[in-house]
Amino acid sequence: MIPKEKPVAVNVKPERFSPIPKVRIGKKRNRPQWLLGLVLTLLGLCFMLPFFWMVISSVKTDAEILALPLTIWPDQITFEHYVNLFVNLNFLTYLKNTILIVVASFFGLLLTAMAGYAFAKFTFKGSKVLFIGVLATMMIPGQVTMIPVYLMLNQMGLTNTMTGIVLPGLVGAFGVFLFRQFMTTIPDELLEASRLDGASEFRIFFSIILPMSKPILAVQGILTFIGAWNSFLWPLIIANDESLYTLSVGLALLQGQHGGNYGLQMAGATFMVVPIIIIFMIFQKYIIEGYNISGMK
Amino acid sequence: MRRLLNDRAPYLLIAPTVLLLLLFSITPLFVAFVMSFTNMDLAGIANFANVDWIGMTNYLEIFKDEVFLQALSNTVVYVVIGVPLVIALSLSIAIAINFGRGKVFEWFRVVFYMPSITNVVAVAVVWGFLFNPQYGLFNFILNTVGLPDVPWLQDPFVAKLSLILLALWRAVGINMIIFLAALQGIPRTYYEAAALDGANTFQQMFKITIPLLRYAIFFVTVTTLIGWIQFFEEPFIMTEGGPLNSTTSLALFIYQNGFQLSNFGYAAAGSVVLFVLIITVTLIQFRVQKNENPY
Repeated sequence: MIPKEKPVAVNVKPERFSPIPKVRIGKKRNRPQWLLGLVLTLLGLCFMLPFFWMVISSVKTDAEILALPLTIWPDQITFEHYVNLFVNLNFLTYLKNTILIVVASFFGLLLTAMAGYAFAKFTFKGSKVLFIGVLATMMIPGQVTMIPVYLMLNQMGLTNTMTGIVLPGLVGAFGVFLFRQFMTTIPDELLEASRLDGASEFRIFFSIILPMSKPILAVQGILTFIGAWNSFLWPLIIANDESLYTLSVGLALLQGQHGGNYGLQMAGATFMVVPIIIIFMIFQKYIIEGYNISGMK
Repeated sequence: MRRLLNDRAPYLLIAPTVLLLLLFSITPLFVAFVMSFTNMDLAGIANFANVDWIGMTNYLEIFKDEVFLQALSNTVVYVVIGVPLVIALSLSIAIAINFGRGKVFEWFRVVFYMPSITNVVAVAVVWGFLFNPQYGLFNFILNTVGLPDVPWLQDPFVAKLSLILLALWRAVGINMIIFLAALQGIPRTYYEAAALDGANTFQQMFKITIPLLRYAIFFVTVTTLIGWIQFFEEPFIMTEGGPLNSTTSLALFIYQNGFQLSNFGYAAAGSVVLFVLIITVTLIQFRVQKNENPY
């Protein structure tokens, strides 16, 4: 496990006390700093451009969207497209289904954490082989399993059901791996002490392991939320009824049926993207540092 | 009873995960393999008696199928152009951000990472609008600075590049974060020592930074390669493989044959080809990595 690195700015400090004259470094480094900042800003603006255009277009009137030359800022701001999504289209149903999937995926996260704990803190018959087997499933591409899983779910009568949509992606090997990596760092003495006090293994998991795994739970929780909120392929394959569509599937359908209505499409896209951006803004520190925790370097 | 539960604890803890993976990941792999030797279709689903063992027929046919060959060559184009671009851009951005000082540079991480977390359908819908020949922002910007229109999604070759552009935009963030994590693990003392010896910034970058990032670069290369061989959502939502199958990827070919044409056996054969391709490329990568002189 890697000790958490401080942000770059803090790491720099010792240099000030290094024998190299401070002035020389300052002068040499100052110009590149500005230049880098400028280049990154321009590139960053390009990266944000699609988001900007999405939000701007979603509040333009239909006439203005199709008027040339394009207007960078809307003449008249309207929320009619957002109202349309919920009044004339079924976005409320899609939202409900998407939230259901999010809730189910958190249950999956719990199962993943349990497995990660078992692989981290127990040596049992077959534990090594099983763990390698779990990791090996990461190598199997989704396109290979897609058709057989569909046929299997069909045999079980689970097509066109919420269970069928949720079940195939409930647990993932990568999550098990990350939980295991983190939980191996929890000291054994702590678990032994609780065992001596007579706590059951499940009690230990829920009242010691889970609370101590907050950093990794935060990362995995956010990533699970984002994944579930964005889930597209399984709902698309499994759901025949519009009543089971998720936001992604609904938006794809909207694009197919209202191809020329860009205002409506942009409103739908904004409605999907903005919650994720907000959640990401709040938790970005955990997500980005999570990659340091997971030891990916 | 409690005793029993406690003794079996590890098995009970892993049971749900292992069973789900067995059911939805490992079993389907074998089912796909077996199915690729049959003519499984809609009639076959209704009644297994309609399914015949047809040996290698699917494989022989698929390599004569022009759409499949087109999809294969498109996928090669995606990988050959896309993967180096992703690595070069995400590594450059990571180095630039790591080199910078001050709070501003921390915000750049957020900016470049953001496209990675947003919904692919929403993003494809937005980019489809940006690419629109008449009302799209991209052509408007080009015209404003005096350049002619670009047939973003209409020309067979340009369409491929447009999809790569979108996928690049989405892929940079996550890889940049991985590179940043690795960069921050390089001790500052290395650079201080090099600076004392008179090494300039570029020498430091190519003699210290890049060599020490070998493992991160390897990791990103393998995962990006695997990801781009499975290129799917972008062509699926934006072009449906058009114009004239010029953007159909292998994964899209499999999806279309499986779920739109219901040729399950044939699609399974395609997916086995895809699987073999991924395994081969990954093994080659590991071999190359092993043969290189480690530091």
